[in-house]
Amino acid sequence: MIETLQNLALGFSVALAPNVLFYAVLGCVVGTLVGVLPGLGPLAGISLLLPLTFGLNPTTAIVLLAGIYYGAMYGGSTTSILMRIPGEAASVMTCVDGYAMTQKGRAGPALAIAALGSFVAGTLSVVALMLLAPPLATFALRFGPPEYTALLLLGLIVLAYMSSGSMPKTLAMATLGLVLGTIGIDAMSGFLRFTHGVTELGDGIGIVPVAVGLFGLSEILLTAGKDTPPQVYKPKLHELVPTGEDVRRSAAPTLRGSLLGFLIGIIPGSAHIISSFVSYGVEKRLAKRPEEFGHGAIEGVAGPESANNAAASGAFVPMLALGVPSGPIPAVMMAALMIHGVSPGPLLMEQQPALVWGFIASMYVGNLVLLILNLPMVGLFVNLLRVPYAYLYPCIVVFCVIGVYAVNSSVVDVWIMIVTGAVGYFLRKLDFDMAPVVLGLILSPMLELSLRQSLAMSAGRYDIFLQRPIAAIMLAIVVVLLALSVWPALKGGGDWRTRVGLDEKPG
Amino acid sequence: MPPAAGVWWTGDRVAGLILVAIAAIVVVETMALPLGTLSRPGPGYAPLICAVVLAALGILVTLRRGGAPVANLRWGEARHALLIFGAGAFAALALERIGFRLTTLAILVFLIGVVERKPPLPVAAVAVAISFGGYYLFWNVLRVPLPTGPFGI
Repeated sequence: MIETLQNLALGFSVALAPNVLFYAVLGCVVGTLVGVLPGLGPLAGISLLLPLTFGLNPTTAIVLLAGIYYGAMYGGSTTSILMRIPGEAASVMTCVDGYAMTQKGRAGPALAIAALGSFVAGTLSVVALMLLAPPLATFALRFGPPEYTALLLLGLIVLAYMSSGSMPKTLAMATLGLVLGTIGIDAMSGFLRFTHGVTELGDGIGIVPVAVGLFGLSEILLTAGKDTPPQVYKPKLHELVPTGEDVRRSAAPTLRGSLLGFLIGIIPGSAHIISSFVSYGVEKRLAKRPEEFGHGAIEGVAGPESANNAAASGAFVPMLALGVPSGPIPAVMMAALMIHGVSPGPLLMEQQPALVWGFIASMYVGNLVLLILNLPMVGLFVNLLRVPYAYLYPCIVVFCVIGVYAVNSSVVDVWIMIVTGAVGYFLRKLDFDMAPVVLGLILSPMLELSLRQSLAMSAGRYDIFLQRPIAAIMLAIVVVLLALSVWPALKGGGDWRTRVGLDEKPG
Repeated sequence: MPPAAGVWWTGDRVAGLILVAIAAIVVVETMALPLGTLSRPGPGYAPLICAVVLAALGILVTLRRGGAPVANLRWGEARHALLIFGAGAFAALALERIGFRLTTLAILVFLIGVVERKPPLPVAAVAVAISFGGYYLFWNVLRVPLPTGPFGI
């Protein structure tokens, strides 16, 4: 514990340095703008703005990107409450009661409780991250290739089980990502796979062009043409103060949302989206007046908002401790670290304490900055939505091109973005989730390498996965999850998604 | 949403069949690579396994009868999407030939002026500001190299 506090002190000495602080604030402001804009979620925002970090050192780069991530989560809730436009998918549940409160003239308290809940959840989950990540990293030092193979398989299955869509569709998308991840040089033999003479494909398909294509460009393709100016309600500063009753009713949902969000955040999948749905379902079930849900219940704002912000921090636990991303956003953050020559993994905390603890401390700072920034400046941020979409989307397309080109100075990456944008457009029209593709893409080379290393270790015997206890336990969990997902289908009923209102009944 | 009885072409079925087709292409491509054995996998092993799993999942998605009927899908935005896709393809072709500033200028004028039919003055203002301002921001401030075209523009 003393060591953790010493590390945290080191982290604050890094995070409060003027240049790091500047980038934390800048990240929060830019992230809020990204979150306010419909069509640019945190993933597309981080991917697009990745080139901004090239001139920075790794610590300021990751602090800037984390600020964008948090800011986007905050910004998404603002437009959900005021205009019923979820800036990003995790804010969908906030729309329901948040907008209902706006219609009743209670936008101010809704915004205040969303911001306070996000702040509390963000802070609590960073404390949990701080306490959980170091022992997990120490534990992960015992991992060899068989354990990593089992862990990555578990990650993919949990992703599918916990995803908001149907399991076969999610697994299919993750497998598509795995297939894409096999393009390029085979790390074990040096063979070029599926490159068709395109030299740039030798290093494989980059995460950034795929993420920008699937999440940024495809959204533009789906939404362009809409030019109806949104009705913007701008609350005055004095209207933001919640009543004592609001605070009392929000306290427990905020704490429950923080815990739920953090735990779900650690698990692979679209954690921040799922956590907000689960939290809403839990709060509705526990509420004394469930009939108010959907008509402006403040618990319906406090719970999901806390949950999605806590999940944002929870998602960093496996990334920092294991070097395994739990979702597409940590995957892009990992890619950013790798661009700066830093390899995330269990040794990162030992080898780069200033970076890791500076990053953790910057999360505390970022949460505070967002609280101070967002409430008084809410009117300013929503003004961005007055810019006609006909002017906005061409500019976003241009920034997609710059953002993707700048990573490797490669036109091939721009082509990849365009093609994945078109693929994403069609798949989203057909109701497929895009996040598993990105996760599969980054896990693919890791999974293949660890599998082949495991077989090299065991002279080709697959029972190595059963002889090593950690790997065997993880594979047993894989089997249990597969059985749990098949069982409802055999019974002909819905699974947990149906219970929290996420999925349609199976056809 | 489950489809109505008698509807065969649903979104899931179309997507499932496309996934099976992709898997088939990967299997064919994998044949050119050494597969190795189960105990000593070669470079073609992982793609082949992934392709087989993808095909199986594609078939499962096809058989589930999920998704809305394809006939119910609305394509109101398709014209815009096609034009934006074209603008993106132009960017990829032109970026290293005519440079960043001229490429983005052309894209913005096309999308805002031609596709969205906005008045020329705001179109010119936005196009010049974004293309030249963006170049200045990335090249001069952030030191991110962007391609230049003829006459150093």
